[in-house]
Amino acid sequence: MDILLYLLPIALFLGGLGLAAFLWSLRDGQFDDPEGDSARILFDEPRGGNDGSRL
Amino acid sequence: MTLALALSDRARTNVATLCAHCGGRTVAGERFCCAGCEAAHGLVGRLGLDQYYALRPVRPDGERPATAESTDPTPYVRVIGDGVCALDLAVDGLRCAACLWLIEHALARDGRVTEARLNATTRRLSLRWQGPATLGETFAGLVARLGYRVAPFTPQAVRRLSDAEERDLLRRMAVAGFAAANVMLLSVSVWSGALGATRDLLHYISALIAIPALAYALKPFAVSAWASLRQRRGSMDLPVVVGVLLTVGVSLAETLRSGPHAYFESATMLVFFLLVGRYVERRARGRARSAAAHLLSLAGSVATLEQADGTLRHVTPAELKTNDVLRVAAGERLAADGVVLDAPALLDNSFVSGESRPVRLAPGGLAHGGAMNVGALLRLRVTAVGEDTLLSRIARLLEAAEQGRSRFVALADRVARIYTPTVHLLALATFLAWWLIDDLAARDALLLAAAVLIVTCPCALALAQPTVATVAIGRLARLGVLTISPTALERLGDVDLVVFDKTGTLTRGKAALLEDATRPADALQLAAQLAASSRHPLARALLAAVPDVRALPDVHEHPGEGLSCGELRLGSRRFCGVPEDGAADAMELWLARPGEAPVRFAFDDVLRADAADTVVALKACGMDVVLLSGDRAPTVRRIAEELGIESWQAGLTPDQKLARIGELVAAGRKPLMVGDGINDAPALAAAHASMSPGEAADVASAAADAVFQGEALMAVVETLALAKAALAAMRRNVALAIVYNTIAVPVAMAGLLTPPLAALAMSSSSLLVIVSALRLRAAQGRA
Repeated sequence: MDILLYLLPIALFLGGLGLAAFLWSLRDGQFDDPEGDSARILFDEPRGGNDGSRL
Repeated sequence: MTLALALSDRARTNVATLCAHCGGRTVAGERFCCAGCEAAHGLVGRLGLDQYYALRPVRPDGERPATAESTDPTPYVRVIGDGVCALDLAVDGLRCAACLWLIEHALARDGRVTEARLNATTRRLSLRWQGPATLGETFAGLVARLGYRVAPFTPQAVRRLSDAEERDLLRRMAVAGFAAANVMLLSVSVWSGALGATRDLLHYISALIAIPALAYALKPFAVSAWASLRQRRGSMDLPVVVGVLLTVGVSLAETLRSGPHAYFESATMLVFFLLVGRYVERRARGRARSAAAHLLSLAGSVATLEQADGTLRHVTPAELKTNDVLRVAAGERLAADGVVLDAPALLDNSFVSGESRPVRLAPGGLAHGGAMNVGALLRLRVTAVGEDTLLSRIARLLEAAEQGRSRFVALADRVARIYTPTVHLLALATFLAWWLIDDLAARDALLLAAAVLIVTCPCALALAQPTVATVAIGRLARLGVLTISPTALERLGDVDLVVFDKTGTLTRGKAALLEDATRPADALQLAAQLAASSRHPLARALLAAVPDVRALPDVHEHPGEGLSCGELRLGSRRFCGVPEDGAADAMELWLARPGEAPVRFAFDDVLRADAADTVVALKACGMDVVLLSGDRAPTVRRIAEELGIESWQAGLTPDQKLARIGELVAAGRKPLMVGDGINDAPALAAAHASMSPGEAADVASAAADAVFQGEALMAVVETLALAKAALAAMRRNVALAIVYNTIAVPVAMAGLLTPPLAALAMSSSSLLVIVSALRLRAAQGRA
């Protein structure tokens, strides 16, 4: 059962990483506009490259 | 995108009679359906954004874009230092993702714009730019010329949004979910037979995860439980908090003395489930609220102030001071109470008093804020602002009326009033019985009492209401009904009487062209072509009666008189040279053509198309229908007879409407008030439940429990039916939860409960309640 001493911290660390990633994306505003973001990902950059707006 | 491009090209060549901009039908051979589309198409081309036509759906819906008009948003621009300005705009008319792309890119083409981001969910455009605040008008105008309606997002509208709270709940939910999943994994290892030091280790780790997570995730419940305790009223949060704290306390004690039973997984799971319920409900309501805020912004107003030197400045109504002089164009609403200057004014008071006929005010007459100018451009000296206006007197009535309603207690809280003391007494009885009668050690007896509290932790009860509410609010939103107040569904569910306002509720609240068989057919077409260039409400009404019309070129507007195009004239009686015949205050337009007799167009406030059906449907459901109006008796009687409403009253002031609602409530009735005007607001707040149309005055929609969008009044019937079903589902859920408890409590009291059994009972009862709530969706879907 000694293996638990390694496995438990590893499992918790990985889970915690997922939680931290979620909280970060929440704070970053990635859940503010699910409808708009799902469409934006399909837009090509307009001819002439990036135009400075956050797209 | 190449595929979409190819497809849309083919679509365009195949069906050449579709408008190149909006996809609507055009006159054969024409590229565009209207001048607005032509202008928007040209603008898109000049900006080099033709890609828009490739991005949007292959078959656009043909919805005609709004006419290019926008209120000057400059007063709402926020200067955030160093020449940087920010502005939030509500944008209407978004049809697909390509609209987002078009608006954002069109704005970004302007080098001064540093950020242009349109949120498709809230339809809110956030703009930032380098330069003077007045640029706001340029940018809003650009979006308007692309064919979208824009209006500044007003502070009142922003206040209705509560993003922060929703996000906070989601964060707590994530933490609770993480803890619940991990603790459950550890607990499964314990249940599958871990013994001795291994079991203790697993218990310790569980405690280490559960205690900090719960300390964080339980806070919303603890805050509301504490508040309800201080106000000495029952709430479902109180047994939740007591139960969770006791469970964690007992489990920790067990862990420390190497005991076999710890209930950390039940506690974290319970909190996670409850947070899920609370979050989804808040989110559904938040969406309804943000849609309502959007409506509010589109109706929001900017006042035109005439400064001492004669120049004009746009300000927000809040910036107005007494003795300011305002200019109000035709079709605009008055931003404050004031005295009419210079010339007589024609005002539509339907928002203020419910009168459907416009009122003529001589110079020096007092006009109320909220009235619409339907005559010529008028000048107004502000006589009262803030506390002294009619609006704030209404607001005070409203406050008093709302206090009456706050006495309503939600179903869950009514149950909690009985439930909380009962389970706590049962737990106490368990402890005393085992300790005194059965001679168990006090510590073990306490453990059994805690088991009773754990198993009765009102997971199912606390989920009974939010799950049903979420489903119902979502269904209502699809019907175009926005539910704003948290207890609205329960109150709408047991309404037994419907009180209607007339103007703007049973009727459309705006002028509509009356049919006239004697009118030459071509006259209407011609008049509409003239009217297309004007913003006057009657011109708009004329235009609405004729689909697909192209504006005539070179139309001149003569403020207060009419429109002319060469020899053609459309306007007032005098403007068209028709002699007076005494019917001066009627709403009419005349068309004068060279060599032909002038043609009259009469307008009136007409009933909503389904008003009669709605009254019939309500009566069929066993509801009484009452009409309370501020309008004159003859008009109200005519409408009441037409709709078959026996009980009606006319000429009521806001106080009298409020008093009538008060009488009904005192007589034990549960009235639903449906109204749209400023004068309806107190009655809306006092009624058992209330609804407003989407175009209602902002005080009215703020006082209403639900706002319905669109022309159909039938939404009221649908809402009542759905609310009734929702209330029944909530009661069924409460009953289910109680049945579950009557089985589980004896098991716990007998000392037969083990941690896996508790976890199983808790999650299965919660799932049962959720499934039962989803049945509402299925049942309504079939109907």
